[in-house]
Order: sequence, then structure tokens, then C-alpha cells
Amino acid sequence: MVETLLRYRGDEASAAPAVSFAAFADAGNAAAVRIEPGDDARALLPHLSQLARIDIAFPSFGDGRGYSAARILRENGYTGELRAVGDVLIDQLSHMRRCGFDAFAPDRPISADAAAKAFATWPEVYQKTVDGRTPIWALRHRETDHG
Amino acid sequence: MYQYDHYDQAMVDARVAEFRGQVERRLSGELTEDQFKPLRLKNGLYLQLHAYMLRVAIPYGTLSSRQMRLLGDIADKYDRGYGHFTTRQNLQYNWIKLEQTPDILADLATVEMHAIQTSGNCIRNISSDQYAGAAADELVDPRPYAELLRQWSSFHPEFDYLPRKFKFAVIASETDRAAMRLHDIGIQIVANAAGEIGAKFHVGGGMGRTPMIAPVIREFVPALQMISYAEACLRVYNRYGRRDNKYKARIKILIHEIGADEYRRQVEEEFAHILTLGLEPPAAELARIQSFFADPSFEAELPEAIDRSDPDFAVWLDQNTVAHKHPGYTVVTISLKPIGGIPGDASADQMRLMADLARDYSFDELRVTHTQNIVLPHVKKADLYALWQMLEGAGLGSANLDLISDIIACPGLDYCSLANARSIPLAQKISARFADMDRQRDLGELKVKISGCINACGHHHAGHIGILGVDRKGTENYQLSFGGSEAADTSLAQITGPGFSEDGVVDALEKATEVYLAQRSDGERFLDTYRRIGMAPFKEAIYG
Ligand code: SF4
Repeated sequence: MVETLLRYRGDEASAAPAVSFAAFADAGNAAAVRIEPGDDARALLPHLSQLARIDIAFPSFGDGRGYSAARILRENGYTGELRAVGDVLIDQLSHMRRCGFDAFAPDRPISADAAAKAFATWPEVYQKTVDGRTPIWALRHRETDHG
Repeated sequence: MYQYDHYDQAMVDARVAEFRGQVERRLSGELTEDQFKPLRLKNGLYLQLHAYMLRVAIPYGTLSSRQMRLLGDIADKYDRGYGHFTTRQNLQYNWIKLEQTPDILADLATVEMHAIQTSGNCIRNISSDQYAGAAADELVDPRPYAELLRQWSSFHPEFDYLPRKFKFAVIASETDRAAMRLHDIGIQIVANAAGEIGAKFHVGGGMGRTPMIAPVIREFVPALQMISYAEACLRVYNRYGRRDNKYKARIKILIHEIGADEYRRQVEEEFAHILTLGLEPPAAELARIQSFFADPSFEAELPEAIDRSDPDFAVWLDQNTVAHKHPGYTVVTISLKPIGGIPGDASADQMRLMADLARDYSFDELRVTHTQNIVLPHVKKADLYALWQMLEGAGLGSANLDLISDIIACPGLDYCSLANARSIPLAQKISARFADMDRQRDLGELKVKISGCINACGHHHAGHIGILGVDRKGTENYQLSFGGSEAADTSLAQITGPGFSEDGVVDALEKATEVYLAQRSDGERFLDTYRRIGMAPFKEAIYG
């Protein structure tokens, strides 16, 4: 199966096969792991420094647990690749990016152009998340400060 | 009221552009209906029995006259000349064409309105007390807190695919006029012993097939941590709410299954973590929002006396107005429940008239109530008679607030694809049966609520008298229940027994009112009598 990978990182993609969450818990020395919606992302926190890639599976786009998993990983300092895998559609890309995903392996390929357009959907954002964007409330009060 | 700045406007404009593209992709066949469905639902667009239905958000039920006028104009331009105000303080258009929806949204955006997150498994429009900013009994105006939550929840990237829909209500008085504890999160703005303002979080209430009253999860969250606490509540739900069964996916089931204590423990743990992230808007932002909700320039030393010489006016005055916090003013409810009418419907002309009346008599402001009426929050007592005459002339003068004909009814089988039974014709029959105003006033406060299916959009669990439409072997059947309340004394109604036909349920309801009249003691409402004497005497009269 040809899998298009959209990736927004400067480093080389890790070719390591992602082990399952259960296998990772057993062996504990893999560099890439794949978590399913029901897995507790927090269990990975002690191992973040050894991980170059975490795949978060979306068996169905309507199951939003992966968004929380991604944010939790980023909030706790994970800097490796965070890849959304599975039923990932264009209309979810911008929210996923806001939650810390920086790579996407959608079941149905998405062109880089279409993805770029999707990321540009929101001129600004209301929430502070883990993508470094300054939320509107901060922009408002920064403006007032500087007249 | 709140006004958009260029940031808010840009967000809504971006959504209109995004949705226009999505509709184009659907019309060209690039998107299948299955793929399009979740996208249109994020924009309040449902496919109903006969046509598309568009649900427009009315944040915390507050509207300017300019907005109300546009809602009327849209009803004329794109619908059949009317709209339907809902129990979520929103407005629904029932006869919409898919290809016109981007234009409707663009029109709405010109008056700072939208249909964002009025459906789908996300945080829905936030409801509030329809008397906010006017009520004599409120601690503060709850709407700035609701607006803070509105912005936080709009396009929230983590919570767009929750297990199920998620509804907030925010109030700030002991009298609950918003069914606060029947929401996924009900917030009461309170003061602590030190006089600081904060939010009391009730989590896990709801109606639907498993009605539950939300337990208190935290007595006091400081105002400037409210967003962080809400974030923690939602994250625990998003991670652990059930996704295996759509009927068990609301947060109330999660809390019921793991217990309020365990849910609280998880939320507190998440909250402690979230506080370290600094994602709470600062005090200056709350203050900025609050400045939009400052009192309008109320006049001082206005006359208190009202000329009651017109008896019809006096009846309306007594029934449809409540005390205002400022001397010389009153709060007016415009009933959208004329005898034999469709509860919550307003014609385009009526919407425009209400807009004009708000401009002329109520500092440009209107509110939508969860009981499907409209409020003019700040009317001078001296203007009441003139106002009432205008309302009378437009079929908006019904003096039945909280009486038996002030019925909540969902759209039911006349529109809704999920319905088991019709709600509207039943509401019409009940109001016609009790058309006599003296009889209605004698019966006093009596809240009748009708849902066309177990989803309970008509709040039947919270009705003093609740009616639920069910399907019995292919025919419409109605279950009757008594004793619900959505007020501060929140309770859930109990089913009387076997169901009825449409006419049968009206008869049964009438018999119940006779039991009440015979058994009530001084000052008791139907609900009070029911609570005192229990179901048995009612059952005997109805089935005996
Ligand atoms: S209660 Fe049922 S029938 Fe009525 S509007 Fe809701 S889903 Fe439709």
C-alpha cells in the first residue's frame, strides 16, 4: 500500500518500525511506538527521551482521543515526531497540528498543497495549546500594552 | 452586550469561507454525504425529514435588535417566513437549501452571528439566564463568563471529536432559570467567604434517555482558573468517556459509572497539570469582556406607578413581567405561545417587530429563553402599556408566562428525523383545551414540556407535567409524567403508567389538573401538591 507521508519537521524521518504499546511496555527499548485510542499516553512519559517517533492511531476520524494523547505528550516535553495515522482527513489537519502532531500518514492520501491550505484555515486562534501560536487573548492585551 | 473585535470577526469569516469550500466540494461530488455530514454538523446544518435545517447560535441567548432583524430577514429570504426558537436558546430554520447555506452564514457574519458548533460531538453554544444583567437576584452578570467560555470552546482543537455533544450553562443567581444542573457542565458564578468571585462546577447532568442531575464537582474555582478547570473536565471526558455506545457516551454516564469522587480526583490531577501550562486568559481579558456587559444608562427617578385601568393589560403585566434590579424598570417576557400556535415559532414580521421594540424600549437588547420565549430585559415601567399594545397588535401579547399554555415542545415528527411522535399538534391541543385565561391563571404555574422522542429536546423530564412521544407498534403514543423541575429545586419527572393516544393524553392531563385543584392547599403549585400527595391520587383519577 502506498502511504503518503506529510511531514513538517527538519530532521530525517525515523525508519524504525513502530512497536505496539503493549510490546513497548514489555521490551521498553524501541525508538518508535504506536498507540491506539484506548492506550494511556501518560504511560510513555518516563520514556520520552528514547523515542524518536510516536504514532497515534485514528481508526476512525470521529474518535478524538488521539488529540488529547498528542497534547499530553507535548505538554510533557516530547519533542520527537508525532504522527497521526489512519482515518485522517483534510478537515482535521489544522486541529491535529494545533495539538502537536507534526506528521500525518492518512489512509487516503492528501496532497501537500491541500494540507497547506488546511493549515492556513484559521487566521488566529482562541486557545493556547502546544503549537506555539499566540492566542487571541494574548494578542489583544499585547496590543493594548504597546498602544 | 459583547461586540466582536477584528479577531472575532476574522474567525467567523474564516469559518464561512471554509464552509463555502466544503459545500462546493459536496455539490461537485468530491465529498460523499458520509464525509460531508460531520462537516455540515459543525456548522449547525442538519438533514431533516423534509429539508435541511440550519441552527443558528445565539450565545447565552442574548441578541441585539440588529441581529434579531436580520434573523427575520433571513427567514423571509431563505426560508418560509418564520423561524423556531429552541430550548437551547438558539434559532432554527426548517426549510433551507444546501446551496444557499454559505450565503446565509455570510449574512449572519455581518451581524456577528454564526452557526458554529450548534451540532456535532463538540462543545455546543453556551446557555445562560435570560434575565442576566437585569435580574434583581443575581450576584454578577454571568454572561462575561459565558463569553470567555464561548471563545475558549470555539474551534477548540482537542475537543472537536468528543464522545458526544457537550453543553454548558452559566448562571449567577440562586434562582436557576437555565436548567443549569441538567447540563453536561452547569456553572454557577458564586462568591467565596472572602468575597472573591469564582465558579461552582456541576458536571454530568443531562436529559436524554438517562436523565441525571449534575453533582457538584467543585464548590469554588477561582474566576481566573475557570478555563483551566473546564479544560481539565473536558480532557478527562474526552479520554475516558464511552465511545462504544452512543447512548452511553454523554459525560453523565462516565460520572455515573466511575462515581463523582473518582471523576473529581482525575479532574483535579489534570487541573494541577494544566495550571502549569499558563493557558488561562488574563484578568485583563475578563475585564475587557465585562466592560461590554456594563449596565446600559438607566435613567434615575423614573415613575414606579403603572396605570392598570385596562384589565387585559393588567393581566399581562402580572403574568409576563418580573422585578428588575433598577428602580423604574421591569423585565418583560414576550410569549411565543399563543393559544393554538406552534411553541417557539416567530414569523419574520414578528422578529422584526420585536427588534424594533427592543430598540425603542429595551436598550437594543433581547434574550431568548430556554422555554422558547423572548425577553426584553430593560423596559421602563412607564412604557409598558405602549409596548403591550404593540405586542397585542402582532399576536405577541399572550399573558401566559409559566402557565399551562406556555408549553415547551420540540419540533417532533413534523420536522425531526429522529422523532417517534408529533409534539407540535399535541401542544396546540393542550393550549386549546385550556384556552380560558381565568382557568389558566387559577391553575397557576404549571410547566408542560413535550418531547417527540427519548432525546428529550423538549425537556419532558423536567416538566411539572412531562410528555414523551413513543412509538407503539407503529402508532404515536404518549407517556405522561409528573413532578419534574428544572429550577433550583431540580427534580426528574416520574412516569404515571401506560401511555395514551394524542387525545387521551390531553384528557389525562386535564384530569390531573382536577386532582390538583381539589387537593391543593393554600399557595401550592401543581408541583408542590404532587410532591406532597404523591402519584397515587393522580393515577387513580387518570386510570381509575
Ligand atoms: S426530542 Fe427527539 S423528536 Fe424532539 S427534536 Fe429532539 S430528537 Fe427530535
